[in-house]
Amino acid sequence: MEHAAPSSQEPIRFEAHPSGYKHWVLTFDGPIARLAMDVNQEHPLRPGYELKLNSYDLGVDIELADAVERIRFEHPEVKVVLVTSAQPRIFCAGANIYMLGSSTHAFKVNFCKFTNETRNSLEEACSESGQHYVAALNGVSSGGGYELALACEKILLADDGNSAVSFPETPLLAVLPGTGGLTRLVDKRKVRRDLADVFSTLAEGIRGRRAQEWNLVDESIAKSKFDATVKERALTMAAATPDKVGAGLTLAPVTPKRSTEKGWLKSEYTHVTLTVKPNDRLAEIEVRGPSSAESLAGESLRAAGNDLWIFRAFRELNDALLDLRFNHETAGLVLLTTKGDPEKVRAADKALLDLEASGDWLAHEIRLYVKRTLKRLDLSARSMFAILTKGSCFAGSLFELALAADRSYMLDDEDEPVQIGLSGMNHGPLPMSNGLTRLQTRFLGRPAIPTELVGVTELMDAATAKERGLVTFTPDAMDWDDEVRLAIEERVSLSPDALTGMEANLRFAGPETMETKIFARLSAWQNWIFQRPNAVGEKGALTMYGRPERPELDWRRT
Amino acid sequence: MTSVINSDKIPNNVDLSSDKKLQRALEAWQPRFIDWWKEMGPEGFQEDQVYLRTAISVDHDGWAHFDYVKMPDYRWGIFLTEPEPNRKIGFGDFYGEPAWQTVPGEFRNSLRRLIVTQGDTEPASVEQQRLLGQTCPSLYDLRNLFQVNVEEGRHLWAMVYLLHSYFGRDGREEAEALLERRSGNPDKPRILGAFNEPCQNWLSFFMFTYFTDRDGKYQLLALAESGFDPLARTTRFMLTEEAHHMFVGETGVMRVVQRTAELMKKNRHEDARAEGGIDLPTIQKYINFWYSVSLDLFGGEISSNAANFFAASLKGRAKEDGYTDHRVIDGSYAMDVPVADKESNVTGWKKEDVPLRNAMNEVLRDEYVRDSQRGLEKWNRVLEEAGIQYQFRLPSRRFHRQNGIYGGLYFDVDGNPMSKEDWEKSRDGWLPSAADEAYVASLMTAPVYEAGKMAHWIAPPKQGIKGRPVEFEYVRR
Repeated sequence: MEHAAPSSQEPIRFEAHPSGYKHWVLTFDGPIARLAMDVNQEHPLRPGYELKLNSYDLGVDIELADAVERIRFEHPEVKVVLVTSAQPRIFCAGANIYMLGSSTHAFKVNFCKFTNETRNSLEEACSESGQHYVAALNGVSSGGGYELALACEKILLADDGNSAVSFPETPLLAVLPGTGGLTRLVDKRKVRRDLADVFSTLAEGIRGRRAQEWNLVDESIAKSKFDATVKERALTMAAATPDKVGAGLTLAPVTPKRSTEKGWLKSEYTHVTLTVKPNDRLAEIEVRGPSSAESLAGESLRAAGNDLWIFRAFRELNDALLDLRFNHETAGLVLLTTKGDPEKVRAADKALLDLEASGDWLAHEIRLYVKRTLKRLDLSARSMFAILTKGSCFAGSLFELALAADRSYMLDDEDEPVQIGLSGMNHGPLPMSNGLTRLQTRFLGRPAIPTELVGVTELMDAATAKERGLVTFTPDAMDWDDEVRLAIEERVSLSPDALTGMEANLRFAGPETMETKIFARLSAWQNWIFQRPNAVGEKGALTMYGRPERPELDWRRT
Repeated sequence: MTSVINSDKIPNNVDLSSDKKLQRALEAWQPRFIDWWKEMGPEGFQEDQVYLRTAISVDHDGWAHFDYVKMPDYRWGIFLTEPEPNRKIGFGDFYGEPAWQTVPGEFRNSLRRLIVTQGDTEPASVEQQRLLGQTCPSLYDLRNLFQVNVEEGRHLWAMVYLLHSYFGRDGREEAEALLERRSGNPDKPRILGAFNEPCQNWLSFFMFTYFTDRDGKYQLLALAESGFDPLARTTRFMLTEEAHHMFVGETGVMRVVQRTAELMKKNRHEDARAEGGIDLPTIQKYINFWYSVSLDLFGGEISSNAANFFAASLKGRAKEDGYTDHRVIDGSYAMDVPVADKESNVTGWKKEDVPLRNAMNEVLRDEYVRDSQRGLEKWNRVLEEAGIQYQFRLPSRRFHRQNGIYGGLYFDVDGNPMSKEDWEKSRDGWLPSAADEAYVASLMTAPVYEAGKMAHWIAPPKQGIKGRPVEFEYVRR
């Protein structure tokens, strides 16, 4: 089951552009975009499997993620996105089983996490950005295919005697749908649990009227009227969605300069540097603050475009996180550092928030991007220590990095104080997946504190930050090197599995949301069911899939 | 540097004068140590001039500098044996790798625990012995008691040096806590049980320095092998001082035995008590007690902690060089493990081949048992030479144990299992009874402060200290 680690292969890169899409056809017609899946089976991300029947792998999903982002930033005129298939009789067969079968466990986990993040972003576009995703299922939608539809706001299913929605994972593969499907069935679409139970064990799925009656889809539409009805529904939704004022911007690549030095792998972006030290099982992400801080207007924002500090910095951070997750598995501890002027960070935060408050959709969209990136940081299965030293700028949006970290070390130096600061960004615009701010989550038992902190507008030195509970440890200059070194060495000596579980338990205190449920249950099932012999053993269902013999199951329940 | 924290007041070979971190840590700790010493150190002698040995350097002449000093002014110093160039780790999973000059983060907690546990015994023993001076049998012995006390204090400094220099804030907090715990105090006891037992009389003191300090010697020998080089070097230097403590114990007991033999010879019935001495069976009971509680200090016979410490190259075996296999992955140690019922009756024995790493406490205990026997033989020779038939013996290592595989079970001094009821009936025949304690205490009601004079129950030493006569005024009151 476990094949060569991906790190021994070419690294996976996450930048895409519609001109290079191999698996999707993206077209625009006024307020309606059409995102048609047309997976090219000859182009898997890794050799060794064919992407038949519109089944997908990470390469397909990287393009999908790119498309969702581009529609959001580049096409403000789009109000409805039709997600459909360009192949006959099949919408999407889900994640490719042979790809899963030949991947390492770590890769599968990260693959599912990434596809989930893409689907969450798509849902957020519906709820926050006035871009409504409609799944137009013109063929069979099974497993991950139906999960993609579930992430859409509306599901329209062709009633043609063939097109069905299904979750065949349990009966056929002895695993579970990995992209939030079960949660969305009962939490989002509120399908009755007994019907959901029947549906989730029925390999061939459910078609036509019954799919609609069980609320698995919103409408089952006769084949002859399917295209026209889909268009009609799209236009109706578009008409109910307000226009956006102001142009979009074309996303430019954020490719870093990569180098290797003394065994350290460096990716230098404009505002971010990722340094991976494989021998130390360590990575360092440095985020540099803005060099100037001016207020923003609609025109100046668009003139700055991709180079707006906060946008570029967080896009680079996003790319660095994905690089870390997929290409540097053994870098178990990430040190988060910053460099710059905390006041300028706070000014940049304020400029963006002011412009968003004035109604600018692009400012709003950029703020959502920052929010998503920070969630991706929260959800990264690495230990994270924030290291707050001289010249750092952990303020406002960048202080969220320290709040996201598992712990923080802040240098207490009387002569040259290190300072942190809060901005409006810390008090609501960047919630975690539990729906709370990181400050609210941190002070869950003392809800008055985050409210009091809204009034704290001055920069804080280490003693004050410690007293307010905003940092973990504040060693002075004499202790600093030893304390930090020991903490790092100790952390990287602990079991990566236990740490992943421990951190995920501790990071997400507070209420459950659909997102927290999806990620928590995803990690639970992936780390258990996907490791069990019934799935991946010699005679396990996933192993035996597509072979002549039947799987052999161990019938004992836990 | 402050007036207190400088290389003149604190002799050292760790470059204190340029180590700002250590200076700062000691600035806070040193005054608290002195407060602790005044509160918990020898009671009633703080203003006396005592003829003490002070280590002022690690070289041949410097480690034993003798002069009169008031104990609170004693120059507690920080000494490590000189570094061994390119020292390699001698055992465990890191065998053959360069010794660590800093604490590996992975083992920070384990090392801190080892150092704190060792460090805690040092002030504990000073506390246990704080009232003994008031019943001293001679100025010579009083001086020896204080020498042991100040050196236990210095050993505390040695452990505190490691905590201050290598463990950051946690280390400073642990160093403070070493001064806050109190031997025998139920609310803040010392870590190890034996160090919460008061040392009530001089016979106990000699037994303690013979048996319990010998446990200390073996713990130090095991730590002297540590892959963490500063710990290894610190404990190696401590061992040079520990030898004197055992000398005090061995010769102390021997002088008691010799005096008892003399008194027996004076009496028609060889009745030492009738002549005001400590009879041989009572001495044997003290041996039984202090030997058995000291055996407990080695830890469980089958111990995952011991295996972890060995595997991590943190704590080795005494004189690891003498072994051939330093990784010890395959070896085993055959043990007969008692099987007991709910009433703590031993119902049988099972043979266990304990993986050798898990048996490291027992390996160290074996060395200790052999070493303990040697002094006993010298005491027996004194009896032989006096023509007395009695012979001292070490009880079985199963006898009177509180922890490990024999802990909570009942064995006689030959190691035969027995019921709780029977054991309790026989107890006073094996261990000092209340009457024995009262008798020994009755011999030691007043101190002997006259130079050269000895209490009635103990013989004078063969020679004085550092070429001084026995009559020398070792403590100026």
